Amino acid sequence: MNFDFTDDQQAIKRTARDFLADRLKPERWRESAESGAYDDSVWGEMAELGWPGIHLGEDSGGQGLGAVELAILMEELGYALTPSPFFATASASLVIAHAGSDAQRERWLPRLASGEAAGTVGLVTDGVAPMVPDADRADVVVLVDGLSGMIVASGAAEITEQPTIDSTRRFSRVRASDGEPLEGELMPALDRIEVALAAELVGVAQRAMEMAVAYAKEREQFGRPIGTNQAVSHRCAQMLLEVESARSTTLYAAWTADHEPESLPLAASMAKAYASDAGRRVTTSSLQVHGGIGFTWEHDLHFFLKRAVTDAHLFGSPRSHRERVAGLAGLGALAA
Amino acid sequence: MDLTLSPQEESFREELRAWLADHHPGPAPDGDEAAFQFQRDWQRTLATDRWAGLSWPEEYGGRGATLVEQAIFNEEMAAARAPAMANLLGLVMGGPVVIAHGSEEQKQRYLGPILSAEEIWCQGFSEPESGSDLASLKTKAVKSNGGWAVTGQKVWTTLAHRAKWCMLVARTDSDAPKHQGLTYFLMDMDQEAVQVRPLVQLTGEPEFNELFMEDAYIPDENVVGGVGNGWGVAITTLMHERAGLAFGLQVQLKIALGEVIDLIRAQGLEGDPIVRQRLAQLYIEAEALRLNAWRGLTQIMKTGVPGPEGSLPKWQWSDINQELTEFALEVLGPEAPRADSEWIYRYLRARANSIEGGTTEILKNIIAERVLGLPRMR
Repeated sequence: MNFDFTDDQQAIKRTARDFLADRLKPERWRESAESGAYDDSVWGEMAELGWPGIHLGEDSGGQGLGAVELAILMEELGYALTPSPFFATASASLVIAHAGSDAQRERWLPRLASGEAAGTVGLVTDGVAPMVPDADRADVVVLVDGLSGMIVASGAAEITEQPTIDSTRRFSRVRASDGEPLEGELMPALDRIEVALAAELVGVAQRAMEMAVAYAKEREQFGRPIGTNQAVSHRCAQMLLEVESARSTTLYAAWTADHEPESLPLAASMAKAYASDAGRRVTTSSLQVHGGIGFTWEHDLHFFLKRAVTDAHLFGSPRSHRERVAGLAGLGALAA
Repeated sequence: MDLTLSPQEESFREELRAWLADHHPGPAPDGDEAAFQFQRDWQRTLATDRWAGLSWPEEYGGRGATLVEQAIFNEEMAAARAPAMANLLGLVMGGPVVIAHGSEEQKQRYLGPILSAEEIWCQGFSEPESGSDLASLKTKAVKSNGGWAVTGQKVWTTLAHRAKWCMLVARTDSDAPKHQGLTYFLMDMDQEAVQVRPLVQLTGEPEFNELFMEDAYIPDENVVGGVGNGWGVAITTLMHERAGLAFGLQVQLKIALGEVIDLIRAQGLEGDPIVRQRLAQLYIEAEALRLNAWRGLTQIMKTGVPGPEGSLPKWQWSDINQELTEFALEVLGPEAPRADSEWIYRYLRARANSIEGGTTEILKNIIAERVLGLPRMR
């Protein structure tokens, strides 16, 4: 029993933290968010570090690591609020790795692992995938409609920009009439995507909490730091409870993906539901601690809040994940 | 990360499960006296096979169990719905204090009868004027005939009417700063100068007592950890208590959730989307508590001591248990407040969860100041 990272996993986390802190000074992603242009040099360096293939087998050009290592990277990417096609690309390779044929895997995985190609996954409702991250620059788009999925090469899909409040990530509406069907099971891949997103939310919430705590120590009103007021300090304690609970449920879900896949469906939905709620609550609570300055465009906090809100709605809302938990925890599926 | 148990830990769990299957005494009998004797017998049965003082060193009748084994023990006892042990406070607080801070004579004298439940222990910390601000306590001990004369009042003293020994923290130096003038004593409850009065709580039951001392006598050899060191002795045991209890509590929550699911079905509400959402949320939070407890355990194993993060699970558990019992009443419907309802009792009893053993507000202060490094409140 060791519910902590191994030395190798610690090293991945430290490298990611240091690298992203160095490359993504707040003014950098602010510039990116305001212009809508990603910084391709950072994505290039991430590819050189082998990140896009961290969870893929060595035979596909990946690092042969698992969902835990992917979660470690995603948490750090969230913490640094990294604008990059990393998440979308990792999502595509997860689906193709789990549900693709040998030919599909051979065709796409090495290129996605090396970062040479970018990808994305969209969930289709009523014939259109309304919120697909980084579809505009994807070389391969995976569309999932209920229990069936298909691979669509870029150019074969109709992609329309769909701005969201999260300007650090670009979204599109995607429609495609045909593509190559995916024959394998999609849920194991979708659950791993949910866990990766939960990990990003943990990083976002962690950063928002740290900002609140730092501000509560430094901001003075009535001649003393505002953090001496329990109305403020207890709010911060609540943030810690939620961040740590989100982290525990997320790491557990990632671990089940690698070692106990029969527990993954329940664990993934628990993690995504909890982290989505925690992400929104902690960022908004941090805003309250910041007071007026937190509501300005000039302050960085709103970028984190918007990422948290947007992530909460990606790959299943907290409501839909809780519904799945209710069924799996003993109430059975809801009658149609 | 490795969330699996080692083969030794697995076999510990198997051995305990098999033992529980053979020795579980069934439901408790009716009546206070009979129920307490039942818990006493149950503890003696456990102690005979060295399950009672699990964390205690083998030389004192324990197993020297690891933290993981203690966690497994608490999970399995709760999962089997095993009865509580009669002398729980002696086992989780009194014994560990004597082992950590006591003299060799004290160890020889006290540990055996704690394990066998022959001598019951109670805890005299809280006072009417000193609840969360424990260090402000006023019960006074003054030197007298080769010992100490104690005068004062304690409250919320579980089992005081059955106890032989009281873990008593009293002020021995009124001039010292409030945390330094305290001493930890073992007080014999069997004397005229100690009076016990039942304290009826809002559920209508007297689960606790008040304790009145008027020149109660404590010999010098019953000081534990040295005169003036009472605060340090008391506080380490509180932190250890919080670290271990989470595992039993999270299993109790899972059992209660199972009962709520049965209730939902019985009421025909399993298709109600709002009921489903709330049940799922409680289930997720109970899982978060379980996982936080295991993560916390890994940290204790690495650092050797429970950190201030150990305050999270108790707070989290009380939130969830209060919410769960409230939800159960809603599922029950109009008859929920009936006096003979098991759930209404659990609902009322749960109101104390955020007060007993450290209020949620104090736990939040600890987290804010000692984990997040926020400035002390004024």
